[in-house]
Amino acid sequence: MTAPTGERDELVIAGDEDVVRVRQVVRGFALRAKLSLVDQTKLVTAASELARNAVNYGGGGQAVVELVGNGRRVGVRARFADDGPGISDVELALTDGWTSGSGLGLGLSGARRLVDEFELETEVGRGTAVTITKWAR
Amino acid sequence: MSVDAGDTDSLAVLLSKDADVLIARWVALTSAPLRGKVSEAELTRECRELFDTLVAAVSTGSRDFQDPAFVEVRAALEELSRNRARLGFTPSETVVGVFALKRAMLETSGQRTGDTGLREVIEFTLLLDTLGLWTFECYARAREEVIAQQAEQLLELTTPVVRLWDGVLAVPLVGTLDSARTQVVMEKLLEALVETGAEQAIVDITGVLAVDTQVAQHLLKTVMAARLMGAECTISGIRPQIAQTIVELGIEFGDITTKASLADALLYAMRRSGVDVVRKRAQVG
Repeated sequence: MTAPTGERDELVIAGDEDVVRVRQVVRGFALRAKLSLVDQTKLVTAASELARNAVNYGGGGQAVVELVGNGRRVGVRARFADDGPGISDVELALTDGWTSGSGLGLGLSGARRLVDEFELETEVGRGTAVTITKWAR
Repeated sequence: MSVDAGDTDSLAVLLSKDADVLIARWVALTSAPLRGKVSEAELTRECRELFDTLVAAVSTGSRDFQDPAFVEVRAALEELSRNRARLGFTPSETVVGVFALKRAMLETSGQRTGDTGLREVIEFTLLLDTLGLWTFECYARAREEVIAQQAEQLLELTTPVVRLWDGVLAVPLVGTLDSARTQVVMEKLLEALVETGAEQAIVDITGVLAVDTQVAQHLLKTVMAARLMGAECTISGIRPQIAQTIVELGIEFGDITTKASLADALLYAMRRSGVDVVRKRAQVG
């Protein structure tokens, strides 16, 4: 609980190079939150999936990464928001192997399994926002 | 031009006189080219902060930007530039906000003085600002082209295909594996397979920091292509944290052979091609 919470960073996600930048920033936050190597990798991978989704399906968006604390533990929270077409069937989108594009169809569902908290807000025609949190053990 | 550094600096007085009108005009002029990418409230806050620090610096009588009096102005500008850069603004879009204060000042003070000679001089300096900006923009673009070229060269450099043993090729991957990179890797590997007639290929991902679904998909495609060429392909360098992430993600590598280290993969590939490695009996001495 000594790690300084409240630190945050905002990034624009427009292309592949931004996905790389998001990964680097998230990795930095994960290090500061003292996440284990496995948890760092899981969080970074989940962030990579969601940032890429924002690029591929949302036409670009924005990422906000921050250090958070719940009184007992320190963690990293990242929110990925886009102004894309939104998801009409959330349950389907979260099904393993289903994709509206050409990927493996594991990004969204896999990202959910990689983190401790996963929240998806979407509205057809308005966009999608996914917030993930990983706590240090 | 001599400046009197007194208790009441004339420029500071002039600036403070109609500060609110001036800032409002400044915000309006700045927001136009930003096309709503920054909110009006945010812009007003930035302009007000910059204005206050600027007036504070000027009221010391100093006009030298390198002077310690301007340290806060520099900090405010640095923060503003960083924010703009992150939001994806071009250099001109960023700098134009600073120059806009000049026009705002001309407009508000011009209403009072009406000195045409002075007005023309200022109008001309405004034009010169745009010229400077344009030059700067061109320079920045040229720089970015150089960087893009270097990135491309790096792409070529960082994907060598190495021969580990007779009939065994390896591609050590480092960094990020995006579509462009995969294409280069795949082409190089397939060409090398044809050239050398190798039947064993190892793709080593020790240097890849994160394996997400896209990277996995690219790896799978590369392995598939190598198989179509008649080669057997092994993926090596799967570290513990990567293994756990892949499992959690739900990626299946199917019947593709994977190994923890390049050494394991090499040994496996050699055995597959009929070579066995035997340790010499320890010398008794």
